[in-house]
Amino acid sequence: MSDTGIGAAVRRKEDFRFLTGNGRYLDDINLPGQCYAYFVRSPHAHATFSISTGKAEKAPGVIAVFTGADIAKAGLGGLICGWVITGKNGEPHKAPLHPLLAVDTVRYVGDPVAVVIAESHAQAKDAAEKVEVDYEPKPSVISPTAALEKSAPQVHGDAPGNLCYDWEIGDKAATDAAFKKAHHVTKLELVNNRLIPNAIEPRSAIGDYNSGTDEITLYTTSQNPHVARLVISAFVQLTPEHKLRVVAPDIGGGFGSKIFIYSEETVSAWAARELKRPVKWTAERSESFMTDAHGRDHVSQAELALDKNGKFLGMRVSTVANLGAYLSTFATCVPTYLYATLMQGQYTTEAIYCEVKAVFTHTTPVDALRGAGRPEATYVVERLVEQAARDMKMDAAELRRINFIPSDAFPYQTQVALQYDSGNYAGSMDQALKLIDYKGFAKRKQQSKAEGKLRGIGFSAYIEACGIAPSAVVGSLGAGVGLYESAEIRFNPTGNVTVFTGSHSHGQGHETTFAQLVSDKLGVPFDNIDVVHGDTARIPFAMGTYGSRSLAVGGSAIAKAIDKIVAKGRKIAAHTLEAAEEDIEFKDGNFTVKGTDRKMDIASVAFAAYVPHNYPSEELEPGLDESAFYDPANFTFPAGTHVCEVEVDPDTGVVDIVKWVAADDFGNLVNPMIVEGQVHGGVAHGVGQALLEGCQYEPESGQLLTGSFMDYGMPRADLFPAIEVATQVTPCPHNPLGVKGCGEAGAIAAPAALINAITDAIGTSNITMPATPEKVWRALNAAG
Amino acid sequence: MTVTVSMTLNGKKVSAQVEERTLLVSLLRDHLRHTGTHVGCDTSQCGACVVHVNNRSVKSCTMLASQADGADVLTIEGLAKNGELHPMQEAFRDNHGLQCGFCTPGMVMSALDLVANNPDPSEREVREWLEGNLCRCTGYHNIVKSILAGAKAMRKGG
Repeated sequence: MSDTGIGAAVRRKEDFRFLTGNGRYLDDINLPGQCYAYFVRSPHAHATFSISTGKAEKAPGVIAVFTGADIAKAGLGGLICGWVITGKNGEPHKAPLHPLLAVDTVRYVGDPVAVVIAESHAQAKDAAEKVEVDYEPKPSVISPTAALEKSAPQVHGDAPGNLCYDWEIGDKAATDAAFKKAHHVTKLELVNNRLIPNAIEPRSAIGDYNSGTDEITLYTTSQNPHVARLVISAFVQLTPEHKLRVVAPDIGGGFGSKIFIYSEETVSAWAARELKRPVKWTAERSESFMTDAHGRDHVSQAELALDKNGKFLGMRVSTVANLGAYLSTFATCVPTYLYATLMQGQYTTEAIYCEVKAVFTHTTPVDALRGAGRPEATYVVERLVEQAARDMKMDAAELRRINFIPSDAFPYQTQVALQYDSGNYAGSMDQALKLIDYKGFAKRKQQSKAEGKLRGIGFSAYIEACGIAPSAVVGSLGAGVGLYESAEIRFNPTGNVTVFTGSHSHGQGHETTFAQLVSDKLGVPFDNIDVVHGDTARIPFAMGTYGSRSLAVGGSAIAKAIDKIVAKGRKIAAHTLEAAEEDIEFKDGNFTVKGTDRKMDIASVAFAAYVPHNYPSEELEPGLDESAFYDPANFTFPAGTHVCEVEVDPDTGVVDIVKWVAADDFGNLVNPMIVEGQVHGGVAHGVGQALLEGCQYEPESGQLLTGSFMDYGMPRADLFPAIEVATQVTPCPHNPLGVKGCGEAGAIAAPAALINAITDAIGTSNITMPATPEKVWRALNAAG
Repeated sequence: MTVTVSMTLNGKKVSAQVEERTLLVSLLRDHLRHTGTHVGCDTSQCGACVVHVNNRSVKSCTMLASQADGADVLTIEGLAKNGELHPMQEAFRDNHGLQCGFCTPGMVMSALDLVANNPDPSEREVREWLEGNLCRCTGYHNIVKSILAGAKAMRKGG
């Protein structure tokens, strides 16, 4: 292994610019003649309204004020949801209109009703206060279960009963039969708390119109600029795809929230054309809280049926999922195909049935957030399993072990549509038990007790489906797009390389990882490789970054392009070296005639390709520039076991995480330093969910109570112990790199592990997240 | 109403005319084009905007530009010399103390103030010091490691 190749903990290329203040995030960009947009938002969860903009239009510096009526007059369509879910009744989900700016009715606090555009941000904000909106407030509904009640206020006229869909998966009859023959049934009501994503960089956009070419450039904080272009062109119908360029420069974190196509970015692009001036919008944090798509928000009734030996016979889950006021871009697939399909967990459970009712409420739209469906599934499975162990008085690790899918059983067809490709679940469990010193736990518990603390241990043996996904499969399940990825490897005449990738990096370090791949496989020095992403004008086409797919899908596309480069390079070398093509070997950057010392390095091959004086021009085009699209054969299935130990102070209910071990299997690793960092970040997100974070609306008024960092508990540095990370490798058998993905694992595994540890410590069967000191103290005293 | 604000920014005298209500961060970013200092919130919580004013770390989103009139201001752009990273920056790179990089300038500037006052902080002290700096990417693990390593390098260097 070279010190910059696959498997090396290479220091990141991108860090120098980030560390010196030379990153180019969206709000750092300013265009000549730019003006500023500020959105007027509903202060009510549900109201009808009329609007008058005259006074605002006359305010200092104001260039224009636009309302929903102006958008409608311009003929722009609404925002769409790109995944059709077919319900139990055979009908597609209900998809009410999601206008860019509300017309007549607002449906959540923060719903935009107008945009003020002025010479400065301050002037736009000042003038926004002069927009007169006459609201007539209506009753609202916030909780997903309340939304299903007969008397509930209705969010949309065309979604009766607030129901978006009622969907199911699995064999209901077989599952009911399994429960009939069960020795024991463990039941839990599980609430997966609503989270607010809070990437530290707020969303931002600049629309820029070129009246000479009729092109619009939209600079936007996007994880997938091509998808943004597609939606804004084909569905919003702003302008044809070839007249719209979308650029996503350095992005300050996404976690899912920057996948989606939102009103503000789209309106900025449209307004730029209307005004023939660049229009910039940057969210204030309170806008991020109100309008970035939220995550989770499930209420589930979950049951696990076991035989007398603890074997899992069946699992039955009924979930109500809150989708918010409108459907965000991928909202519908999160509580279905990204959730219920993971109910198999790591286990051989014989029969599984899951039904999901997805509902509209007067809240911010809900969509994918780090893990997206899979944290919710893991929470259901792993909370049930842990509780079952306690009910059956069995060791929690042992109960899992006797139910694990054995490592020789792959490929393994689950009861819920997926086919697992590889794994070694017992291996990760062994690794985790060793790291946590499981045998020493009883002694540590005694020590804690002597110090007046309650110690608990909790497991989470998670699995996720990543590398989304085979286009034919997702198409058959309702996706409106394919989920391949693209890559282009362009040698320049002087031998350095530009790699164009459809994956988008917003913290994941693709510029480093992908350069490692290319350096390793083509023998080009690491420093001579640049990775370009995030620009529809430079990348062939792309589906972008989410679902831990960048390396498994985007990296595999790069691997395919590398193969094409080598194939063409071999032909060029054969010609130059006057040898047969089949006699040319490629290794460490050199094309060599087998059995001789005659060779040509790849930089010389590139030069020959661009200066083709001595070149097989009749059979080969000049240039060394290859593109590839990679459509995965299956999902990938990262899995592992996280174990944590907590100490609870019974006087205060404060939970102190004292130990965290993560034993993960991500397949092959390209940069283990980056992988560890991804695990740390994911765990922190999951710990945040379990201990601190919880979006709260006032139930009557629908006001967002957790609308700032002062009200919403974000994890801070002093919340965590050092996190121990270990990995084992079972390579993914169906992609060229054998990789599985690591970006979401921590967020998926962590909540169940932590809540299992807390309930173990305080001796209760359940506690709702976030397990704040107050809740823990109350549970302790109720149980005590 | 506008006011003229003059200051020493990263060792150079600068001056700008701004609206009275202009915040220091806006002066730095929008008027002086020093965009390394970031804005991540509107309640002084996230710390992406931390700079040094007269050798103390401050949240530049919570200070009027005019309050910095005559001050000595140091931002992330002023740390590296001749293309060489400051030891604290180097420690962040070496310990993978950043991912998306958005909170990073504030983290580094905050860390430098800690180390100026406490050259050999414990892990716990670092974690507690970072109360005013949010990061959503790293889980803080490698930030803490970076600051400990940076402090060590600065002790050796100084």
